[in-house]
Amino acid sequence: MNRSPVPRRVQATAAALGAIARVVADVGPVMFFQSGGCCDGSLPLCFRDGEFIVGDHDVKLDTVGGCSFYIDHRQFEVWKHTQIILDVSEGEPEGFSLAAGPECHFVIRSRVFDADELKALATSPADS
Amino acid sequence: MTDVLDIEVAGEATGPKNGVFAAPGQPGSVVTLLPRYENFIGGKWVAPVRGEYMANVSPVNGKVFCDVARSTAEDVELALDAAHAARKAWGETSLTERAAVLNKIADVIEANLQMLAVAESWENGKPVRETLAADIPLAVDHFRYFAGATRSLEGRSTEIDKDTVAYHFHEPLGVIGQIIPFNFPLLMAAWKIAPALAAGNCTVVKPASPTPWSILKLAELLQDVVPPGVLNIITGPGAEIGKALASSPRIAKIGFTGETTTGRLIMQYAAQNLIPSTVELGGKSPNIFFADVMDADDDFLDKAIEGLVLYAFNKGEVCTCPSRALIEESIYDRFMERCLARIEKITQGNPLDPTTMLGAQVSKQQMEKITSYVEIGLLEGAECLIGGKAAHLGGDLENGYYFEPTILKGHNKMRVFQEEIFGPVLAVTTFKDEAQALEIANDTLYGLGAGVWTRDGNRAYRMGRGIQAGRVWTNCYHLYPAGAAFGGYKISGVGRENHQMMLEHYSQTKNLLVSYSTKPLGFF
Repeated sequence: MNRSPVPRRVQATAAALGAIARVVADVGPVMFFQSGGCCDGSLPLCFRDGEFIVGDHDVKLDTVGGCSFYIDHRQFEVWKHTQIILDVSEGEPEGFSLAAGPECHFVIRSRVFDADELKALATSPADS
Repeated sequence: MTDVLDIEVAGEATGPKNGVFAAPGQPGSVVTLLPRYENFIGGKWVAPVRGEYMANVSPVNGKVFCDVARSTAEDVELALDAAHAARKAWGETSLTERAAVLNKIADVIEANLQMLAVAESWENGKPVRETLAADIPLAVDHFRYFAGATRSLEGRSTEIDKDTVAYHFHEPLGVIGQIIPFNFPLLMAAWKIAPALAAGNCTVVKPASPTPWSILKLAELLQDVVPPGVLNIITGPGAEIGKALASSPRIAKIGFTGETTTGRLIMQYAAQNLIPSTVELGGKSPNIFFADVMDADDDFLDKAIEGLVLYAFNKGEVCTCPSRALIEESIYDRFMERCLARIEKITQGNPLDPTTMLGAQVSKQQMEKITSYVEIGLLEGAECLIGGKAAHLGGDLENGYYFEPTILKGHNKMRVFQEEIFGPVLAVTTFKDEAQALEIANDTLYGLGAGVWTRDGNRAYRMGRGIQAGRVWTNCYHLYPAGAAFGGYKISGVGRENHQMMLEHYSQTKNLLVSYSTKPLGFF
């Protein structure tokens, strides 16, 4: 197979990977679920692996730092043209998410996929 | 809202002495401040079991102003112990006494309106003119509404046949867990606490992590008003105590306002305990302006323009923020020109200054989120009509969390049209006709609020019924009177608040099926 590389749907920064490793060392395996809606919606929530029951229709976007990263299938439809960049920022998490370390929380930034990337992704749909 | 503002802000008796309210704890402030606050459990101040505290930051200047308990699951158990100890007596309290307690809560809040308004403004960053005119008076009214509602709620009886009667009684559920959002720390607490208490339940409340303190100021006032254990408040991280409370087998119901994933988690915990939940999870509310709003340059047009600018109310940190403006193509240029002129007049500054119209975002986290949304909006090709960046106000406010009122013009498939930004950021687009307006309005995952502006009553009705949202403001927006049911369609949540029906949601139905016949059935 010789086609353009399929881009990551979730790209973790070095800081995020470091934080994931520390959180995993501290509490064991974790998972991410991309939230939406009110208040601290739009944040990636980090849970102990299995804490959040993944539904049959949720979409696994990617694996980052050995951890699964999910999103609601309806939200995926309106987010799928963008890449999620998982990062870490100062401050306590505001919802039920585990912290990314002392006084730190996980955040996302986003980037719009270019035409070639979208083409490559079209041939490699996210797991569902 | 205009009427309310006129009454409250113009009144000299409720205004600050020298223009700007002093910050809590500062000389001349109406709010006293302790360095450290504990949990409110069983009517007493109880130190967290592990003795840990966390810093509470004011978004006004980005500085820590007090510490609050960093509670753990052990503290949740203490609060549940207190609530369960009070449960039987409170559940059996007469309606007269129960309503009197709710009315007393309202009276105490009203008597301390200025103090609570300043406290909430300082903690949340919202302009004090909003807390003086909306948050706190609405909280007062909410307790009074449920005091009256519980007196007027009647059970039903049905005569099944001449000797058999089905009686239906409302019985309290018991102990409730309630998780409050940060955007209206006191009003959203009132929305949850008032119906729970009115229905005879005791409650354990967890305020949002960025706004744990103003509700503790309220608790200081309620110590001698609410019987011990009926209302308990514990502060701490959601992952620790939110989870411990929501998953506890000792609660009979969980109420939550927040984002969708935690909403699912709450329902998951509720399912594991086989208890009901009410979840309110946000929206992306369309605010629709038909061409006829510009048929005359009158009060109604003025009201409609303000209706668009209301996206900046509470700095956009509202579940029902009218954050998608849909404007009929034929008036777009003229209407937007008027709106932009109005937005340019928004004064942003110290939230404790009663002339400030736009305050500080609640936290650094929210600021970062808003910034990243504007970035993605621009990357997707949206055009920034105004604002678009953090506001630097200098002086003591320089390290506060201020964002300029912003408008992004684009189309409804962009993420800034599909996701709740929770900031003063409006996504605006146009439509050609009523059918397209409805299509765009409903092209969202959410369905909490919507606004329709038109001089045509028939169209207003059609649109109102066609929009899939729990509330459609018609020729108004951002009114939150007690007695108007509030809740979501689609993924905006399950359940309603703010209405007498909440008493049913916080009650069990007991059916006594009574036979007044002396004759056996005849089967055996």
